[in-house]
Amino acid sequence: MSWITNFLTSSIGRKLIMSLTGLFLIQFLLIHLIGNLQLLVDDGGEKFNLYAQFMTTNPVIKAASILLYAGILLHIIQGLLIWKQNSGSRNTRYAVSKNPNVDFSSKNMAWLGTIIMVFLILHLWQFWFKMKFGTVPPIDYNEGTGPVKDLYTLVAAAFKNPLYVIAYVIGMIVIALHLKHGFQSSFQTLGLNHKKYTPFIKGLGLIYSILVPLGFAIIPIYFYFFR
Amino acid sequence: MKLTLKIWKQKNNSSAGKFETYSVEADEHMSFLEMLDVLNQSLLEQKKEPVVFEHDCREGICGSCSMVINGQPHGPNKGTTACQLHMRYFKDGQTITIEPWRAKAFPIVKDLVVDRSAFDRIIQAGGYISVNTGQAQDGNAIPIEKGLASEAMDAATCIGCGACVAACPNASAMLFTSAKVSHLGLMPQGEIEHTKRVQSMVTQMDSEGFGNCSNVGVCEAECPKGISIENIARMNRQYIGSVFGSQTKVEKA
Amino acid sequence: MPLKANSPEGALDDKWTKYRSTMNLVAPNNKRRIDIIVVGTGLAGAAAAATLGELGYNVKAFTFHDSPRRAHSIAAQGGINAAKNYQNDGDSVFRLFYDTIKGGDYRSRESNVHRLAEVSRNIIDQCVAQGVPFAREYGGLLANRSFGGVQVSRTFYAKGQTGQQLLLGAYQALSRQISLGNVEMYNRHEMLDLVIEDGKARGIIARNLLTGKLERFGAHCVVLGTGGYGNVFYLSTNAMGSNVSAAWRATKRGALMANPCYTQIHPTCIPVSGEYQSKLTLMSESLRNDGRVWVPAHKEDVMAIREKRMSAKDIPEDRRDYYLERRYPAFGNLVPRDVASRAAKVACDEGFGVNKTGLAVFLDFASAIQRYGKTEAHSNGIHNPDPKKIEELGKKVIEAKYGNLFEMYEKITGEDPYDVPMKIFPAVHYTMGGLWVDYNLETNIPGLFALGECNFSDHGANRLGASALMQGLADGYFVIPYTIGQFLSKEIRTPKINSDSPAFMEAEKDVDGRLKKLLSINGSQSVESFHRRLGLIMWEYCGMSRNAEGLQKGRKLIQELRAEFWKDVFVPGSDDEFNPELEKATRVADFLELGELMMVDALDRNESCGGHFREEYQSEEGEALRRDDEYAYVSAWEWKDGDDPILHREDLEFENVELKTRSYK
Repeated sequence: MSWITNFLTSSIGRKLIMSLTGLFLIQFLLIHLIGNLQLLVDDGGEKFNLYAQFMTTNPVIKAASILLYAGILLHIIQGLLIWKQNSGSRNTRYAVSKNPNVDFSSKNMAWLGTIIMVFLILHLWQFWFKMKFGTVPPIDYNEGTGPVKDLYTLVAAAFKNPLYVIAYVIGMIVIALHLKHGFQSSFQTLGLNHKKYTPFIKGLGLIYSILVPLGFAIIPIYFYFFR
Repeated sequence: MKLTLKIWKQKNNSSAGKFETYSVEADEHMSFLEMLDVLNQSLLEQKKEPVVFEHDCREGICGSCSMVINGQPHGPNKGTTACQLHMRYFKDGQTITIEPWRAKAFPIVKDLVVDRSAFDRIIQAGGYISVNTGQAQDGNAIPIEKGLASEAMDAATCIGCGACVAACPNASAMLFTSAKVSHLGLMPQGEIEHTKRVQSMVTQMDSEGFGNCSNVGVCEAECPKGISIENIARMNRQYIGSVFGSQTKVEKA
Repeated sequence: MPLKANSPEGALDDKWTKYRSTMNLVAPNNKRRIDIIVVGTGLAGAAAAATLGELGYNVKAFTFHDSPRRAHSIAAQGGINAAKNYQNDGDSVFRLFYDTIKGGDYRSRESNVHRLAEVSRNIIDQCVAQGVPFAREYGGLLANRSFGGVQVSRTFYAKGQTGQQLLLGAYQALSRQISLGNVEMYNRHEMLDLVIEDGKARGIIARNLLTGKLERFGAHCVVLGTGGYGNVFYLSTNAMGSNVSAAWRATKRGALMANPCYTQIHPTCIPVSGEYQSKLTLMSESLRNDGRVWVPAHKEDVMAIREKRMSAKDIPEDRRDYYLERRYPAFGNLVPRDVASRAAKVACDEGFGVNKTGLAVFLDFASAIQRYGKTEAHSNGIHNPDPKKIEELGKKVIEAKYGNLFEMYEKITGEDPYDVPMKIFPAVHYTMGGLWVDYNLETNIPGLFALGECNFSDHGANRLGASALMQGLADGYFVIPYTIGQFLSKEIRTPKINSDSPAFMEAEKDVDGRLKKLLSINGSQSVESFHRRLGLIMWEYCGMSRNAEGLQKGRKLIQELRAEFWKDVFVPGSDDEFNPELEKATRVADFLELGELMMVDALDRNESCGGHFREEYQSEEGEALRRDDEYAYVSAWEWKDGDDPILHREDLEFENVELKTRSYK
C-alpha cells in the first residue's frame, strides 16, 4: 500500500475526511440558507426563482455542485465505514452505561447522520429531483432570462402540507444537533485545539448550529402559517 | 452499610460470562477494593471462588484497576481510580453493578481482569526516545521552558489503566496514544524522532482493533488523571503533518 | 565464614573509575551468544534489561504484572537524589556519600555507597535524555527540593510522581529493546524457583500466570530486581503484589539474606482507619519541607480532640508540642525517617495520639501557608494584605507544590488538609535488608545478581529519602552492565543452557509439588487471613521497637502460624488456570519463613541502629545506642529448612568516615 492509501485508511485519515467534508458541507449550508431566505421576500417568488435558475444553469455553480455531491457521498460513505468499524470495537455491551459528562449529540452522531440522510433523500426527491428531471411549470419575469422554472410555487405548495412542515422542522433539529458536535469536532480532528481559541470555536459552533437550522426551519413554518 | 453487588463473572476469554449477585456489609471508610476484599473473604470462608479483579498499588498510580462501576470506569468520582474510591460515596442499600473494561482490543482474562498488552505494543511501536544508556549530555544542557515541561508532565501522568478505552463509545485508544505522543513530542529530546513516532504508534494502535475517535470527550471526563483531549488534537496535527510534511513513511505491519 | 566484598583497592574516589577501566569485557560477538534472565521490571530490573539489551546480550525479562509499567517503583512520590550541586549549596559526591553513610547509621559498605553517589549524576542526565519531565525553574533549568536528613537541595522531582516518570522512562527504554528484539518480555510470569547447575545460577522456573503452566528458562546468569519485602508486615505502603518470593527462593537455594531486620518505617503515612484495611498510603516526605509535626502538649486537649469536642485549630500555639523542632533543633521537621518515626511513636506511646486509635500525630501546613502567602502578596505588589488574602495566596503555593498529595489525602480521609492539619502515623515503607551482594552486585551464588531494593548494599540500617530511586537506577543503568562482565567474561565458552537438564526438571518438580500441596490442604482459612496475622506478629514484635523477649516470642508465634498455614490454608481453584489466590499463597508461604529470619536477625543484633531499635539499647534521652565495637558488620544469613539459620559476617571497614553517634540535634 502506498503512503497515501495508508493514510486514508488510518483512523486519523478517515476522520480527516469526515472533518474536511463536514466543514465543506457546513459552509454549503450557510450559502444554501442565504439563497433560500429569498423565499421569504414578498414578491411572488420572482427573486427566488431567478436565483434557482442561476444556480441550476451557471457552469461554475454546476461544477461546484458536483463537488458538493461528492462531498455528501464521501461524508456518508466514510461515516458508515467508521460506524461499522466502531460498532465492532466492543463485543459485549455494558449492562449499565452512564456517561454523565457526555453531550447527547457527540454520542449519537451516526444516528443523527442517518436521520439526516433520510431527510436529505426526501428533500432531494421533493425539490432537486423535480427541478432537474421532473416537470416544473415555467414562469417568465421578462428579465431577459426567458421563462424559468417556478420552484417557488412548488415549495409553497409543499409547505401547505403539515406533514412536510413537521418533517422539515424535525430535520432541522436533527441537523442542529449534528452540527453542534460536528462543527467543533472537525476542528479537533484537524488538530486545531488551543487553550485560547478553542472556546471561541466552540461558541461560534454553537451559535452556528442554532442559527442556520433555525433559519431553514422558519421557511416551512412561514409558508404554512402566513402564506 | 449493606450493599447488593452485581458482578460480571467469566471463567476465561473462551467461555461465556454472566452477572452474579452478592450482598456485602461495608463500612463507609473502606475503599472500594477493600469492600471487594471483604466480599472475597466471606466467599472464601464459604469455600467459594472469589471475584477476581486486578489491583496492586492501591494508591491510584499503577493503573492496575480496571472495573466499570455503575456504568463509569473507576466509578462516580472524578479523577479517582477504583482503589481510591471510598464507600462514603455510596448509599446504604444501593445496588452496584461492576463490569470489566469492555473492548475487543482488551480480551477478558477472568472476571474483571482484562488483557491490556495492546497498550504495551503501542509503546513498543515508538513510545520512547532512542537513546542508549550512557549517551546523555548534562541534564541542564538543554533548558526547557517551564510551561512546556509542565505540559509534557501533564500528558506523561497517564497511568495506562485503559479507562479511556473503556469509557469511549467506540473503544478508541486515542487518548492513551496521544498522551505519550504529546509527552515525548513536547520535549526537545523527543522532538527529533517525532515524525516517525507518531506514524508508528498510530499504525500500531489501528492494528490492535480499537475504534476511531469521534471527539466525544468522555475519555477526558473519565480519565483518573485528567489527561486532556488537547493531546488528541496535537496527535492529529502531528500525524497529518508527519504524513504530508515529512519524508517519513511507515508501512503497515 | 567471613564474606568478601570484593571492593577494589585504592582511594575511595577512584575505586570505581579504575575498576571500570580494568575489568574484564565481553566482546560484541560473544554478547550475542550470551543469555541473561532479568526478573522484575521495576526501576532496577527494567533499567538493567534495557541496558543489557542495548549492549547486545540476549535478555529475557520477567514480571508477574500484566505490564512492566506497573512495578511498584511507580508509586515513589518525592524524588531522586543526585550530587549535581546545581543549587550551588555545597553539594558534592563526597557529601552525598557521607550523608548516605551517616543516614544509614554506619551500617553500609563505603565502596558501594561512594559508587552510588558518583553515578547519581549520570542518572539525571540519562533520565533527562529519555524525556523524563522533571520539574523546572522559569529559566528552563532543573529544579530541586530538599529531603530529610540532609542540609542541601539535591532532590530532582516530577510533581509528586517522580517514581512514575522514572519508571516510565525505564519502561520505554525497555520497550524499545523489546521492539528491536534484544529483550524478550514475559509478562504475567512469576519466578517460583532458581535453578543452580555446577554451583552457578543458570535459570529459573516461572509460572505463566494466565495458563498456570510451569516453564523452564535457562540462561548464563540470572539478575534479580524484584524489590523489597515490606509486605511481610501485611500493612505497608508497598503494593499488594510486592513480595519476597524471588529473593527467598534464591535464599532457599543457598543465597545469603543480609540484614533482614532493617526495615524502614516511614513517618508520614495516613493512619489506619479500620480492621478491613488492606494497605497504607504514604504521604511524601517532601511534605515535611513545609509541614510542622505536632501533638497537643496537654492530655485534656488530646482527649477533647479524640472526642471531637475540639479541632486542631482550636489549640493555641502555646499548648502545642512541636516535638521534632523541640528535640532536634538543627534538623527540625527534616530529621531522617527513622528518627521522625520513633519520635511519633514516643508521643503516641505517652498518650498524645490525636485520633480515636491514639495512633496519629498532626502534620500542619498553617505556618507555611502564612509564610508563602506573605511572600506571594509581596511579589504581587500587595503591601497591606488582609489575612484572608494571605491565606488564599498561601494555599495556592501549597497547592502548586503538593496539590496531588493533598487531593489524595482528602479522597482517602474525607478531610480537607488545607483547612485542618493532616493526621499521620508511621508505616512500613522500605526494607534496607536484602540479598547479600559483593561490589559487583553478585550474590554468594556465582551468576546470581541482585539489584535495587532486592539487595542490601547501599542504605545500611536506614535509607534517606529520594535514595531508593537513585539506587535502583544506578544499579540497573550504570553498575550491572559493567560488573556483570566480570562473571560473563568467563562464560563465553559456555554453550546455551539446556533447560531440560536434571537440575531444571528437578526444580520444576519441586515447584509443582509445592503448588499441588497448597491446593490439596483444603483447610478452612484464607491466605489473606494468615497474612494479616503474620503482619500483626511482625508489627508487634519486630516493628518500630524490638526487645529480646518479644523477638523470641515472635519467632515462636511465626513458627506456629506457619505450621497452621500448611495444615489449614484454603486455596480455591486449580493450578492450571489464572488463580490469584494460589499466587498469593506461594508468596505468603515465603513470608512466613522470612518473618522468622527477621526475628532471628533482630535478636542477634544487640544494638540500636537506624530502622532497628532495640529497647535494651538506648540512651537516657531515648536515642538509639549503636555498638560499633561489636556490631559493625553485615549479618548475612544462610537459611536451613527446619534448623537455625547460620550467620555469616561481613565486617564493615570505614576508612573515609569517622564513626560518630548520629546527631540531628
